[in-house]
Amino acid sequence: MNLWKRLMCSCRRRSPWLFHMNSGSCNGCDIELVASLTPRYDAEQLGVRLEGSPRHADILCITGPVTRNSVQAIKTVYAQVGSPKAVVAIGSCPATTNVFIDSRVLDGPLNRHIPVDVFVPGCPPRPDAILLGIAKAAEILAGPIGDEPPTPTTAVSESVEAQP
Amino acid sequence: MNLTTALARMLIFPGLLFAVPAAWFFLWVERKAVALMQQRIGPPFMQPFFDFVKLLGKSTPARSGVGGLLMKAWPLIAVSAAAGAVGLLPVLPSSGGFEGDLILLLALMEVPSICVIAAGFSSRSIFAEIGSAREAVLTVSYNVVFLLAIVSIAAAQHTFRLESLAQLPATPLRWLGVIAILVCLPAKLHINPFSLPNAEQEIYSGPMIEYAGPELAMWELSHGLEWVAATGLVAALTVPHYPAWWLNAIVFVACSCAIVLLLSVVAAATARLAVDTTARFYWQCTLLFAVLAISSTLLMRLRT
Repeated sequence: MNLWKRLMCSCRRRSPWLFHMNSGSCNGCDIELVASLTPRYDAEQLGVRLEGSPRHADILCITGPVTRNSVQAIKTVYAQVGSPKAVVAIGSCPATTNVFIDSRVLDGPLNRHIPVDVFVPGCPPRPDAILLGIAKAAEILAGPIGDEPPTPTTAVSESVEAQP
Repeated sequence: MNLTTALARMLIFPGLLFAVPAAWFFLWVERKAVALMQQRIGPPFMQPFFDFVKLLGKSTPARSGVGGLLMKAWPLIAVSAAAGAVGLLPVLPSSGGFEGDLILLLALMEVPSICVIAAGFSSRSIFAEIGSAREAVLTVSYNVVFLLAIVSIAAAQHTFRLESLAQLPATPLRWLGVIAILVCLPAKLHINPFSLPNAEQEIYSGPMIEYAGPELAMWELSHGLEWVAATGLVAALTVPHYPAWWLNAIVFVACSCAIVLLLSVVAAATARLAVDTTARFYWQCTLLFAVLAISSTLLMRLRT
Protein backbone atom coordinates (compact mmCIF):
# COMPACT_ATOMS: atom_id res chain seq x y z
CA MET A 1 0.00 0.00 0.00
CA ASN A 2 1.98 2.97 -1.11
CA LEU A 3 1.39 6.61 -0.36
CA TRP A 4 0.29 7.62 -3.86
CA LYS A 5 -2.51 5.02 -3.90
CA ARG A 6 -3.71 6.12 -0.49
CA LEU A 7 -3.72 9.75 -1.63
CA MET A 8 -5.56 8.83 -4.81
CA CYS A 9 -8.28 6.97 -2.86
CA SER A 10 -8.73 9.94 -0.57
CA CYS A 11 -8.92 12.38 -3.49
CA ARG A 12 -11.42 10.24 -5.37
CA ARG A 13 -13.66 10.13 -2.32
CA ARG A 14 -13.49 13.90 -1.79
CA SER A 15 -13.97 15.12 -5.34
CA PRO A 16 -16.99 13.48 -6.99
CA TRP A 17 -18.02 15.37 -10.13
CA LEU A 18 -21.51 14.65 -11.39
CA PHE A 19 -23.08 14.36 -14.77
CA HIS A 20 -26.85 14.46 -14.74
CA MET A 21 -28.82 12.52 -17.32
CA ASN A 22 -32.57 12.30 -17.80
CA SER A 23 -33.85 9.07 -19.34
CA GLY A 24 -37.51 10.06 -19.67
CA SER A 25 -38.07 11.29 -16.15
CA CYS A 26 -41.13 13.36 -15.18
CA ASN A 27 -38.69 16.07 -13.97
CA GLY A 28 -39.51 15.48 -10.30
CA CYS A 29 -36.17 13.83 -9.53
CA ASP A 30 -34.30 16.33 -11.71
CA ILE A 31 -35.65 19.18 -9.62
CA GLU A 32 -34.63 17.38 -6.42
CA LEU A 33 -31.11 16.77 -7.76
CA VAL A 34 -30.76 20.45 -8.58
CA ALA A 35 -32.20 21.29 -5.14
CA SER A 36 -29.43 19.25 -3.52
CA LEU A 37 -26.88 21.55 -5.20
CA THR A 38 -28.55 24.76 -3.99
CA PRO A 39 -27.25 26.79 -1.04
CA ARG A 40 -29.72 25.13 1.34
CA TYR A 41 -28.10 21.68 0.97
CA ASP A 42 -24.69 22.87 -0.33
CA ALA A 43 -23.32 19.74 -2.00
CA GLU A 44 -20.04 21.59 -2.67
CA GLN A 45 -18.99 20.76 0.90
CA LEU A 46 -18.50 17.20 -0.35
CA GLY A 47 -16.49 18.47 -3.31
CA VAL A 48 -19.43 17.89 -5.66
CA ARG A 49 -19.47 19.81 -8.92
CA LEU A 50 -22.11 19.46 -11.62
CA GLU A 51 -20.20 19.14 -14.88
CA GLY A 52 -21.39 19.85 -18.39
CA SER A 53 -19.51 17.04 -20.07
CA PRO A 54 -19.68 13.32 -19.18
CA ARG A 55 -15.95 13.16 -19.92
CA HIS A 56 -15.27 15.34 -16.86
CA ALA A 57 -17.54 13.38 -14.53
CA ASP A 58 -16.96 10.58 -12.02
CA ILE A 59 -20.56 9.86 -11.10
CA LEU A 60 -23.37 9.47 -13.57
CA CYS A 61 -26.71 10.48 -12.03
CA ILE A 62 -29.58 8.99 -14.02
CA THR A 63 -33.25 9.78 -13.49
CA GLY A 64 -36.27 8.37 -15.28
CA PRO A 65 -37.65 4.94 -16.23
CA VAL A 66 -35.37 4.44 -19.31
CA THR A 67 -37.47 4.92 -22.43
CA ARG A 68 -36.55 3.06 -25.62
CA ASN A 69 -35.34 6.31 -27.16
CA SER A 70 -32.85 6.94 -24.38
CA VAL A 71 -31.18 3.52 -24.17
CA GLN A 72 -28.55 4.22 -26.80
CA ALA A 73 -27.85 7.66 -25.34
CA ILE A 74 -27.36 6.14 -21.88
CA LYS A 75 -24.87 3.62 -23.22
CA THR A 76 -22.96 6.29 -25.16
CA VAL A 77 -22.77 8.63 -22.18
CA TYR A 78 -21.74 5.77 -19.89
CA ALA A 79 -18.89 4.88 -22.24
CA GLN A 80 -17.73 8.52 -22.27
CA VAL A 81 -17.20 8.64 -18.49
CA GLY A 82 -13.60 7.80 -17.68
CA SER A 83 -12.95 5.04 -15.17
CA PRO A 84 -13.15 4.85 -12.20
CA LYS A 85 -16.82 5.71 -12.46
CA ALA A 86 -20.01 5.07 -10.54
CA VAL A 87 -23.68 5.23 -11.47
CA VAL A 88 -26.37 6.58 -9.15
CA ALA A 89 -29.96 5.79 -10.12
CA ILE A 90 -32.12 8.57 -8.66
CA GLY A 91 -35.76 7.84 -7.89
CA SER A 92 -37.91 4.75 -8.08
CA CYS A 93 -38.19 4.86 -11.88
CA PRO A 94 -34.71 3.69 -12.87
CA ALA A 95 -34.84 1.03 -10.14
CA THR A 96 -38.21 -0.56 -10.95
CA THR A 97 -39.79 1.59 -13.72
CA ASN A 98 -42.27 2.56 -10.94
CA VAL A 99 -45.85 3.31 -12.10
CA PHE A 100 -44.85 2.99 -15.75
CA ILE A 101 -44.21 -0.74 -15.40
CA ASP A 102 -45.33 -2.84 -18.41
CA SER A 103 -45.42 0.22 -20.65
CA ARG A 104 -44.38 -0.65 -24.19
CA VAL A 105 -42.34 2.54 -24.63
CA LEU A 106 -40.00 1.54 -21.81
CA ASP A 107 -36.91 -0.62 -21.85
CA GLY A 108 -36.15 -0.43 -18.14
CA PRO A 109 -35.12 -0.84 -15.45
CA LEU A 110 -31.74 0.81 -15.73
CA ASN A 111 -29.57 -2.08 -14.57
CA ARG A 112 -30.52 -4.08 -17.65
CA HIS A 113 -28.27 -1.76 -19.65
CA ILE A 114 -25.48 -0.46 -17.40
CA PRO A 115 -24.25 -1.55 -13.96
CA VAL A 116 -25.79 0.61 -11.24
CA ASP A 117 -23.83 1.18 -8.04
CA VAL A 118 -26.28 3.06 -5.86
CA PHE A 119 -30.08 3.22 -5.97
CA VAL A 120 -31.76 6.20 -4.31
CA PRO A 121 -35.44 5.19 -4.03
CA GLY A 122 -38.28 7.67 -3.69
CA CYS A 123 -40.78 9.40 -5.89
CA PRO A 124 -39.03 11.79 -5.81
CA PRO A 125 -36.30 11.19 -3.21
CA ARG A 126 -35.44 13.99 -0.82
CA PRO A 127 -32.30 16.05 -1.58
CA ASP A 128 -30.58 14.72 1.54
CA ALA A 129 -31.21 11.16 0.34
CA ILE A 130 -29.65 12.06 -3.02
CA LEU A 131 -26.63 13.55 -1.22
CA LEU A 132 -26.28 10.36 0.82
CA GLY A 133 -26.38 8.34 -2.40
CA ILE A 134 -23.70 10.52 -3.97
CA ALA A 135 -21.53 10.18 -0.87
CA LYS A 136 -21.91 6.38 -1.02
CA ALA A 137 -21.02 6.39 -4.72
CA ALA A 138 -17.92 8.44 -3.89
CA GLU A 139 -16.92 5.77 -1.36
CA ILE A 140 -17.32 3.16 -4.09
CA LEU A 141 -15.15 5.29 -6.40
CA ALA A 142 -12.38 5.37 -3.82
CA GLY A 143 -12.62 1.60 -3.54
CA PRO A 144 -11.53 -0.55 -0.61
CA ILE A 145 -8.14 0.65 0.63
CA GLY A 146 -5.39 -1.36 -1.00
CA ASP A 147 -7.37 -2.49 -4.01
CA GLU A 148 -7.93 -0.98 -7.38
CA PRO A 149 -11.34 0.67 -7.65
CA PRO A 150 -13.96 -1.64 -9.14
CA THR A 151 -13.69 -1.57 -12.90
CA PRO A 152 -17.02 -1.30 -14.66
CA THR A 153 -18.15 -4.06 -16.95
CA THR A 154 -16.44 -3.69 -20.29
CA ALA A 155 -19.23 -5.35 -22.25
CA VAL A 156 -21.31 -2.19 -22.38
CA SER A 157 -18.57 0.19 -23.45
CA GLU A 158 -17.28 -2.24 -26.07
CA SER A 159 -20.68 -2.70 -27.63
CA VAL A 160 -21.13 1.07 -27.74
CA GLU A 161 -17.78 1.77 -29.32
CA ALA A 162 -18.41 -0.84 -32.00
CA GLN A 163 -21.40 1.10 -33.28
CA PRO A 164 -20.94 4.20 -35.47
CA MET B 1 20.22 37.77 -14.88
CA ASN B 2 22.34 34.66 -15.15
CA LEU B 3 21.14 31.13 -15.73
CA THR B 4 21.02 30.10 -12.06
CA THR B 5 18.86 32.99 -10.91
CA ALA B 6 16.65 32.56 -13.96
CA LEU B 7 16.15 28.88 -13.18
CA ALA B 8 15.56 29.63 -9.49
CA ARG B 9 12.93 32.21 -10.43
CA MET B 10 11.25 29.84 -12.87
CA LEU B 11 11.24 26.80 -10.58
CA ILE B 12 11.14 28.04 -6.97
CA PHE B 13 9.95 31.59 -6.28
CA PRO B 14 7.81 32.99 -7.75
CA GLY B 15 7.93 30.12 -10.26
CA LEU B 16 6.48 26.62 -10.10
CA LEU B 17 7.16 25.65 -6.48
CA PHE B 18 5.33 28.74 -5.22
CA ALA B 19 2.92 29.20 -8.11
CA VAL B 20 1.25 25.77 -8.13
CA PRO B 21 0.14 25.85 -4.46
CA ALA B 22 -0.76 29.52 -4.94
CA ALA B 23 -2.87 28.58 -7.97
CA TRP B 24 -4.77 25.97 -5.94
CA PHE B 25 -5.16 28.44 -3.08
CA PHE B 26 -6.56 31.14 -5.37
CA LEU B 27 -8.99 28.68 -6.98
CA TRP B 28 -10.15 27.77 -3.46
CA VAL B 29 -10.48 31.43 -2.44
CA GLU B 30 -12.60 32.04 -5.52
CA ARG B 31 -14.96 29.13 -4.83
CA LYS B 32 -15.12 29.85 -1.12
CA ALA B 33 -15.88 33.53 -1.67
CA VAL B 34 -18.73 32.64 -4.01
CA ALA B 35 -20.01 30.12 -1.43
CA LEU B 36 -19.89 32.68 1.39
CA MET B 37 -21.72 35.21 -0.79
CA GLN B 38 -24.48 32.59 -1.23
CA GLN B 39 -24.51 31.80 2.52
CA ARG B 40 -23.05 28.36 2.00
CA ILE B 41 -20.08 26.72 3.69
CA GLY B 42 -18.36 25.91 0.44
CA PRO B 43 -15.58 23.52 -0.52
CA PRO B 44 -12.89 22.36 1.91
CA PHE B 45 -9.49 24.08 1.84
CA MET B 46 -7.72 21.36 -0.14
CA GLN B 47 -10.49 20.97 -2.75
CA PRO B 48 -8.55 22.15 -5.87
CA PHE B 49 -5.70 19.84 -4.87
CA PHE B 50 -8.11 16.89 -4.50
CA ASP B 51 -9.63 17.66 -7.88
CA PHE B 52 -6.20 17.85 -9.51
CA VAL B 53 -4.95 14.53 -8.09
CA LYS B 54 -8.23 12.79 -8.87
CA LEU B 55 -8.12 13.98 -12.50
CA LEU B 56 -4.53 12.73 -12.80
CA GLY B 57 -5.75 9.25 -11.86
CA LYS B 58 -8.64 9.06 -14.30
CA SER B 59 -8.55 7.31 -17.64
CA THR B 60 -9.32 9.16 -20.87
CA PRO B 61 -12.06 7.58 -22.98
CA ALA B 62 -11.18 7.31 -26.66
CA ARG B 63 -11.97 10.33 -28.83
CA SER B 64 -13.23 9.76 -32.34
CA GLY B 65 -11.94 11.72 -35.32
CA VAL B 66 -9.59 14.01 -33.44
CA GLY B 67 -5.84 14.36 -33.86
CA GLY B 68 -4.55 13.11 -30.52
CA LEU B 69 -1.12 14.73 -30.29
CA LEU B 70 -2.28 18.30 -30.88
CA MET B 71 -5.10 17.92 -28.36
CA LYS B 72 -2.60 16.68 -25.79
CA ALA B 73 -0.15 19.50 -26.54
CA TRP B 74 -2.44 22.50 -25.97
CA PRO B 75 -2.89 22.13 -22.20
CA LEU B 76 0.85 21.57 -21.72
CA ILE B 77 1.70 24.70 -23.73
CA ALA B 78 -0.85 26.67 -21.70
CA VAL B 79 0.58 25.48 -18.38
CA SER B 80 4.20 26.18 -19.31
CA ALA B 81 3.39 29.65 -20.68
CA ALA B 82 1.40 30.57 -17.56
CA ALA B 83 4.18 29.24 -15.30
CA GLY B 84 6.74 31.27 -17.24
CA ALA B 85 4.61 34.38 -16.82
CA VAL B 86 4.50 33.83 -13.06
CA GLY B 87 8.27 33.35 -13.00
CA LEU B 88 8.79 36.82 -14.49
CA LEU B 89 6.92 38.65 -11.71
CA PRO B 90 9.20 41.03 -9.79
CA VAL B 91 8.50 39.88 -6.25
CA LEU B 92 11.99 39.77 -4.81
CA PRO B 93 14.09 42.95 -4.98
CA SER B 94 17.28 42.80 -7.05
CA SER B 95 15.84 39.70 -8.69
CA GLY B 96 17.17 40.89 -12.02
CA GLY B 97 14.84 41.04 -14.94
CA PHE B 98 15.75 42.69 -18.21
CA GLU B 99 14.64 45.60 -20.35
CA GLY B 100 11.35 44.66 -22.00
CA ASP B 101 10.37 41.77 -19.73
CA LEU B 102 6.93 43.37 -19.36
CA ILE B 103 6.33 42.67 -23.06
CA LEU B 104 7.40 39.04 -22.61
CA LEU B 105 5.08 38.75 -19.59
CA LEU B 106 2.13 40.07 -21.61
CA ALA B 107 2.89 37.67 -24.46
CA LEU B 108 3.11 34.69 -22.10
CA MET B 109 -0.15 35.67 -20.39
CA GLU B 110 -1.82 35.69 -23.79
CA VAL B 111 -0.70 32.16 -24.74
CA PRO B 112 -3.25 30.25 -22.55
CA SER B 113 -6.15 32.10 -24.22
CA ILE B 114 -4.81 31.20 -27.66
CA CYS B 115 -4.40 27.59 -26.52
CA VAL B 116 -8.03 27.51 -25.33
CA ILE B 117 -9.20 28.80 -28.72
CA ALA B 118 -7.06 26.29 -30.61
CA ALA B 119 -8.05 23.41 -28.33
CA GLY B 120 -11.75 24.11 -28.84
CA PHE B 121 -11.43 24.20 -32.61
CA SER B 122 -9.23 21.10 -32.80
CA SER B 123 -11.67 19.07 -30.68
CA ARG B 124 -14.34 19.41 -33.42
CA SER B 125 -17.22 19.47 -30.96
CA ILE B 126 -19.92 21.98 -31.84
CA PHE B 127 -20.07 23.26 -28.25
CA ALA B 128 -16.29 23.61 -28.09
CA GLU B 129 -16.29 25.54 -31.36
CA ILE B 130 -18.94 27.96 -30.05
CA GLY B 131 -16.89 28.39 -26.89
CA SER B 132 -13.72 29.03 -28.89
CA ALA B 133 -15.45 31.59 -31.10
CA ARG B 134 -16.69 33.39 -27.98
CA GLU B 135 -13.21 33.29 -26.47
CA ALA B 136 -11.80 34.78 -29.66
CA VAL B 137 -14.33 37.63 -29.60
CA LEU B 138 -13.59 38.22 -25.93
CA THR B 139 -9.82 38.28 -26.56
CA VAL B 140 -10.14 40.84 -29.31
CA SER B 141 -12.38 42.98 -27.10
CA TYR B 142 -10.50 43.18 -23.83
CA ASN B 143 -6.96 43.04 -25.16
CA VAL B 144 -7.12 46.49 -26.76
CA VAL B 145 -7.99 48.02 -23.40
CA PHE B 146 -5.59 45.80 -21.48
CA LEU B 147 -2.60 46.57 -23.70
CA LEU B 148 -3.38 50.31 -23.89
CA ALA B 149 -3.51 50.45 -20.10
CA ILE B 150 -0.19 48.63 -19.75
CA VAL B 151 1.43 50.82 -22.41
CA SER B 152 0.19 53.97 -20.67
CA ILE B 153 1.70 52.80 -17.37
CA ALA B 154 5.00 51.88 -18.98
CA ALA B 155 5.22 55.03 -21.10
CA ALA B 156 4.53 57.28 -18.13
CA GLN B 157 7.54 55.81 -16.30
CA HIS B 158 9.76 55.56 -19.42
CA THR B 159 10.50 51.86 -18.99
CA PHE B 160 9.26 48.42 -20.01
CA ARG B 161 11.22 46.76 -17.23
CA LEU B 162 8.98 45.18 -14.58
CA GLU B 163 11.37 45.67 -11.70
CA SER B 164 11.84 49.38 -12.29
CA LEU B 165 8.08 49.77 -12.70
CA ALA B 166 7.52 47.98 -9.38
CA GLN B 167 10.08 50.12 -7.58
CA LEU B 168 8.88 53.50 -8.86
CA PRO B 169 6.15 55.13 -6.76
CA ALA B 170 2.61 54.83 -8.08
CA THR B 171 1.35 58.02 -9.72
CA PRO B 172 -2.35 58.92 -10.19
CA LEU B 173 -1.89 58.05 -13.86
CA ARG B 174 -0.76 54.57 -12.96
CA TRP B 175 -3.87 54.08 -10.81
CA LEU B 176 -5.98 54.95 -13.83
CA GLY B 177 -4.18 52.23 -15.79
CA VAL B 178 -4.50 49.71 -12.94
CA ILE B 179 -8.25 50.26 -12.77
CA ALA B 180 -8.48 49.64 -16.52
CA ILE B 181 -6.48 46.39 -16.06
CA LEU B 182 -8.79 45.34 -13.20
CA VAL B 183 -11.81 45.82 -15.47
CA CYS B 184 -10.17 43.49 -18.02
CA LEU B 185 -9.25 40.74 -15.54
CA PRO B 186 -12.70 39.03 -15.27
CA ALA B 187 -12.67 38.57 -19.04
CA LYS B 188 -9.10 37.32 -19.01
CA LEU B 189 -9.92 34.80 -16.27
CA HIS B 190 -13.31 33.75 -17.72
CA ILE B 191 -15.31 34.56 -14.63
CA ASN B 192 -18.67 36.29 -14.33
CA PRO B 193 -19.84 38.64 -15.79
CA PHE B 194 -17.63 37.63 -18.73
CA SER B 195 -17.68 33.83 -18.38
CA LEU B 196 -18.79 33.43 -21.98
CA PRO B 197 -16.34 30.78 -23.26
CA ASN B 198 -17.17 28.24 -20.54
CA ALA B 199 -20.82 29.22 -20.06
CA GLU B 200 -21.86 26.01 -18.35
CA GLN B 201 -25.63 26.35 -18.68
CA GLU B 202 -25.49 27.18 -22.40
CA ILE B 203 -22.65 25.33 -24.09
CA TYR B 204 -21.77 22.71 -21.44
CA SER B 205 -18.04 23.12 -20.81
CA GLY B 206 -17.13 25.14 -23.89
CA PRO B 207 -13.68 24.44 -25.36
CA MET B 208 -12.89 21.92 -22.59
CA ILE B 209 -15.77 19.58 -23.41
CA GLU B 210 -13.68 16.84 -25.07
CA TYR B 211 -10.95 16.86 -22.45
CA ALA B 212 -10.78 14.31 -19.65
CA GLY B 213 -8.43 12.99 -17.01
CA PRO B 214 -4.84 14.34 -16.83
CA GLU B 215 -5.35 16.77 -19.73
CA LEU B 216 -8.29 18.36 -17.93
CA ALA B 217 -6.12 18.56 -14.80
CA MET B 218 -3.56 20.54 -16.82
CA TRP B 219 -6.28 22.95 -17.97
CA GLU B 220 -7.39 23.46 -14.36
CA LEU B 221 -3.78 24.10 -13.37
CA SER B 222 -3.21 26.56 -16.19
CA HIS B 223 -6.36 28.41 -15.18
CA GLY B 224 -5.03 28.65 -11.62
CA LEU B 225 -1.63 29.86 -12.85
CA GLU B 226 -3.37 32.51 -14.95
CA TRP B 227 -4.99 33.72 -11.73
CA VAL B 228 -1.58 33.96 -10.06
CA ALA B 229 0.02 35.74 -13.02
CA ALA B 230 -2.81 38.23 -13.55
CA THR B 231 -3.27 39.15 -9.89
CA GLY B 232 0.51 39.19 -9.45
CA LEU B 233 0.90 41.71 -12.26
CA VAL B 234 -1.61 44.05 -10.63
CA ALA B 235 0.01 43.52 -7.23
CA ALA B 236 3.46 44.28 -8.67
CA LEU B 237 2.17 47.55 -10.12
CA THR B 238 0.35 48.72 -6.99
CA VAL B 239 2.26 47.45 -3.95
CA PRO B 240 4.81 49.91 -2.54
CA HIS B 241 8.35 48.61 -2.38
CA TYR B 242 9.81 47.69 1.02
CA PRO B 243 13.50 47.25 1.82
CA ALA B 244 13.05 43.86 3.52
CA TRP B 245 12.53 41.12 0.91
CA TRP B 246 10.35 38.96 3.17
CA LEU B 247 8.03 41.89 3.89
CA ASN B 248 7.87 42.49 0.14
CA ALA B 249 6.90 38.87 -0.55
CA ILE B 250 4.23 38.83 2.18
CA VAL B 251 2.65 42.10 1.05
CA PHE B 252 2.74 40.86 -2.55
CA VAL B 253 0.87 37.65 -1.68
CA ALA B 254 -1.62 39.51 0.55
CA CYS B 255 -2.34 42.02 -2.21
CA SER B 256 -2.85 39.21 -4.73
CA CYS B 257 -5.32 37.55 -2.34
CA ALA B 258 -7.21 40.80 -1.94
CA ILE B 259 -7.55 41.12 -5.73
CA VAL B 260 -8.76 37.50 -5.97
CA LEU B 261 -11.37 38.25 -3.30
CA LEU B 262 -12.49 41.40 -5.09
CA LEU B 263 -12.87 39.58 -8.43
CA SER B 264 -14.69 36.65 -6.79
CA VAL B 265 -17.16 38.94 -5.07
CA VAL B 266 -17.84 40.68 -8.39
CA ALA B 267 -18.25 37.25 -10.03
CA ALA B 268 -20.71 36.07 -7.37
CA ALA B 269 -22.75 39.26 -7.55
CA THR B 270 -23.16 39.43 -11.31
CA ALA B 271 -24.76 37.33 -14.03
CA ARG B 272 -23.25 36.43 -17.38
CA LEU B 273 -23.52 39.04 -20.13
CA ALA B 274 -24.28 38.18 -23.74
CA VAL B 275 -21.41 38.23 -26.19
CA ASP B 276 -22.51 41.40 -28.03
CA THR B 277 -23.02 43.25 -24.73
CA THR B 278 -19.53 42.23 -23.65
CA ALA B 279 -17.93 43.40 -26.89
CA ARG B 280 -19.83 46.68 -26.69
CA PHE B 281 -18.82 47.15 -23.05
CA TYR B 282 -15.14 46.86 -23.85
CA TRP B 283 -15.14 48.71 -27.16
CA GLN B 284 -17.36 51.62 -26.07
CA CYS B 285 -17.11 52.18 -22.32
CA THR B 286 -13.73 50.86 -21.30
CA LEU B 287 -11.83 51.84 -24.43
CA LEU B 288 -12.63 55.47 -23.62
CA PHE B 289 -10.98 54.97 -20.25
CA ALA B 290 -7.84 53.45 -21.75
CA VAL B 291 -7.56 56.14 -24.43
CA LEU B 292 -7.85 58.76 -21.68
CA ALA B 293 -5.02 57.09 -19.76
CA ILE B 294 -2.68 56.83 -22.73
CA SER B 295 -3.39 60.31 -24.11
CA SER B 296 -2.75 61.95 -20.74
CA THR B 297 0.46 59.96 -20.48
CA LEU B 298 1.63 61.15 -23.88
CA LEU B 299 0.69 64.73 -23.05
CA MET B 300 2.69 64.54 -19.84
CA ARG B 301 5.67 63.19 -21.74
CA LEU B 302 5.43 66.09 -24.21
CA ARG B 303 5.36 68.60 -21.35
CA THR B 304 8.47 67.28 -19.63
